[in-house]
Amino acid sequence: MADFFHMGGYAIYVWSSYGLALLVLVGLLLASLGTLRRKERLLRSLEQTLPRRRRRAGAGDAGGEETP
Amino acid sequence: MHRFANPARFLRLAALVLPWVSVLSAILFAAGLYLALFVSPEDYQQGDTVRIMYVHVPAAWMAMFAYSSMAVAAACALVWRHPLAEVYSKAAAPLGAGFTLLCLVTGSLWGEPMWGTWWVWDARLTSVLILFFLYLGYMALVDAFDDPQRGHRAGSILLLVGAINVPIIKFSVDWWNTLHQPASVLRMDGPAIHSDMLWPLLILALAFKTYFAATVILRMRAELAERKIQTLRLTQAGGV
Repeated sequence: MADFFHMGGYAIYVWSSYGLALLVLVGLLLASLGTLRRKERLLRSLEQTLPRRRRRAGAGDAGGEETP
Repeated sequence: MHRFANPARFLRLAALVLPWVSVLSAILFAAGLYLALFVSPEDYQQGDTVRIMYVHVPAAWMAMFAYSSMAVAAACALVWRHPLAEVYSKAAAPLGAGFTLLCLVTGSLWGEPMWGTWWVWDARLTSVLILFFLYLGYMALVDAFDDPQRGHRAGSILLLVGAINVPIIKFSVDWWNTLHQPASVLRMDGPAIHSDMLWPLLILALAFKTYFAATVILRMRAELAERKIQTLRLTQAGGV
């Protein structure tokens, strides 16, 4: 096992390569997932407010019985 | 109508594909890393540093693949105004930049013990560095305009112009005298490396590719959501 981590004396080069690969791939994946969640949450909240506004606009045309 | 139907169809297809490529990617990474780190032999000249290849080469292939696909998408965006083409390019760019950075740094980490230098300005290394700057330039350019359409137009043109760099990277090792070795897998007369090293390399290359597919789907969904948000905000601003 110690041999395995030692990598024939090249441990620093080999493990930094694999470590960096892990960092870059996992980092990009988590960043992408985070952005997606944020945008979808924002989109949902916008879509929830929009129909109400449409109704309000329609109600406004009919005489404006509703106020926010 | 097809402008609206297309992203909807893409989202349905993406929802179908995403779980499969994600699981496939995880399996391929597990198998590939096991073979690369435990099973594959050390090189008779390079010792264990040869294991850097299993990260370096897939990253390099993906760096070129991502850019080439973005250039094709740019052509589709400019010629046919395909609504998903720009979404794809924008989503793929940071991933391509990540692969290119990974390729450059692992190359340095391999070069220092084997060539005795972190960096040389030879044709292969320099052209890959230019690829990295092309990615960064594209990402900066797309966001540099107040009008996103103009940004995407400018970005697509940059992608097409920069596409000349892709064959230069591929053939740099044949056209010029480089410190970097010539191709040993994608050559006319078949791979020149032993199957014990070829298998982990190909499996990890597929792992990188499926990772890219899964992540680019996530990023495209985010970009499509962003576009809907912009539209909703515009209608809200205009409707009140």
